[in-house]
Amino acid sequence: MRTKRAMEDAIHGLFLLLGLVTVGCVLLITVYLIISGIPAIREIGLIDFLFGPEWDSAAAEPKFGILPFILTSVYGTAGAILLGVPIGFMTAVFLAKVAPPKMKAVVSSAVSLLAGIPSVVYGLVGMLVLVPGIRKIFHIPDGSGLLAAIIVLAIMILPSIINVSMTALEAVPREYEDASLALGATATETWFRVSVPAARSGIAAAVVLGVGRAIGEAMAVMMVSGNVPNMPALFQSVRFLTTAVASEMGYAGAGLRRQALFSIALVLFLFIMLINAALNFFLKRSKEK
Amino acid sequence: MEMETTFSPRRKIYAAVMRILMLVCAGLTCALAAFLIIYVLCKGIPNLSWELLSTKPSYLSDTIGILPDILSTLYIVLATLVIVLPLGVGAAVYLTEYAANKKLVAAIEYAAETLSGIPSIIYGLVGMMFFCQFLGMKTSLLAGALTLVIMNLPTVMRTTQESLKTVPQSYREGAFGLGAGKWRVIRTVVLPGCVDGVLTGCILSVGRILGETAALLYTAGFAHALYNLKDGLQNAGATLSVALYVYAKEQGEFDVAFALASILMVLALLINLTATLVGRYFKRRQDT
Repeated sequence: MRTKRAMEDAIHGLFLLLGLVTVGCVLLITVYLIISGIPAIREIGLIDFLFGPEWDSAAAEPKFGILPFILTSVYGTAGAILLGVPIGFMTAVFLAKVAPPKMKAVVSSAVSLLAGIPSVVYGLVGMLVLVPGIRKIFHIPDGSGLLAAIIVLAIMILPSIINVSMTALEAVPREYEDASLALGATATETWFRVSVPAARSGIAAAVVLGVGRAIGEAMAVMMVSGNVPNMPALFQSVRFLTTAVASEMGYAGAGLRRQALFSIALVLFLFIMLINAALNFFLKRSKEK
Repeated sequence: MEMETTFSPRRKIYAAVMRILMLVCAGLTCALAAFLIIYVLCKGIPNLSWELLSTKPSYLSDTIGILPDILSTLYIVLATLVIVLPLGVGAAVYLTEYAANKKLVAAIEYAAETLSGIPSIIYGLVGMMFFCQFLGMKTSLLAGALTLVIMNLPTVMRTTQESLKTVPQSYREGAFGLGAGKWRVIRTVVLPGCVDGVLTGCILSVGRILGETAALLYTAGFAHALYNLKDGLQNAGATLSVALYVYAKEQGEFDVAFALASILMVLALLINLTATLVGRYFKRRQDT
């Protein structure tokens, strides 16, 4: 009996340990990034690092200003949201309220397919279709740049936006809509003026999730954005926070350049943590309703 | 419906415009998916040949083969699943069966949410520093697999947790009533009941592993050498996605890149299909 009890305790302990692995991983990543990210920021100076307009880590007198990366990430994400959210939102309303079952099944499988396509495939198609297309339409020497990245990101965040908003819209109580219809509103007015406001927390969560996806994407953006540390402009070759990390990782040397790589990753991580907090806030509010 | 006739023109126009916008947007989404599949398959499948699939790259004959990449992908998927399944299922069992402390549960769930929001390039960086350099694994498939384990842990945990919640409480009580200990109840009643969640978690993880590049480029590397499973895990190797990236971005070999893309596309379609079928199968079984 005693050994049985001891065994049960041991197994309980084992499962507790397994449960704590996730917490351990988060701590490991956070602590690692903070410890290795701080030294370079100290040496360069927080203001010079965050707001320095020039990045040239390989020069004889290296410059470590990541403002171009931050602005590119912010503009790129904003552009992707401006382009992707309206399309995703309208598709979500269509799927949740309008589409007959068969059509809904077809569109939904298209959406889950978009979600399943690897990011490098988006990058590849972007490189060979989008970039030449932009070059021809706007008559510029090189089509790769911020605009190409924005379009690729907008497509990549569509599935997240559609799925999360659709779930929120489907959860709107039927009574709300019935009441609106009974008061004489048309079906369309009911969807957009009753169902959508009722699902607004969920839709906000969808947008925030899209922001997180867009700001964190590296490979597809790397393939279409030109990867030059310029200040962002629509037709300019640009480098995002993610692609800055990716391209600096290739030259794993030593010294300040290597430490600065961690500082960029730390800035990206802080952005993501902020977005996560916002996401949790909206998800919780949408659940409470 | 007869009521519609009495609506003012402005309201009718609003309804028509919104409906058209919705149709256009949904149509655009479908068209994008259709275009991507057709374009990639049309450009990729003609470049697939038995030679490409069954050889390794050779500088002597100047040919490219993707057999090493296929094997590396297989090894890394296997290694990741073997490690992530016990961890994820164990964590889920702890949360649903053991945990009594609400704060601890909240902490674990918050950690899982945080993990699923972290971009893969950060996993790549931390994986490179921690597994490859700090633990001395060098750039190897095993280091890549361990990085992927952290990435996929929340997925397996969540799907298992969802299905554990559907195991009726009465089953557990029945087993306890017959005098079974906690561990025995978990082994014989709880775990068999969460097969569907584990399977769904596996499918989702495989999909994510197949598509992952940023986390693997500098942890598992981009070599194309042929190894067996044991040596493969200790050496660097490119998965199909990483190989696609390297061939397209670094070497400009677009034919090979599209061949790889078409393989990945077919795999993504298969994974989608399997996930739907598995979901449907278990739902039907649950209903009856």
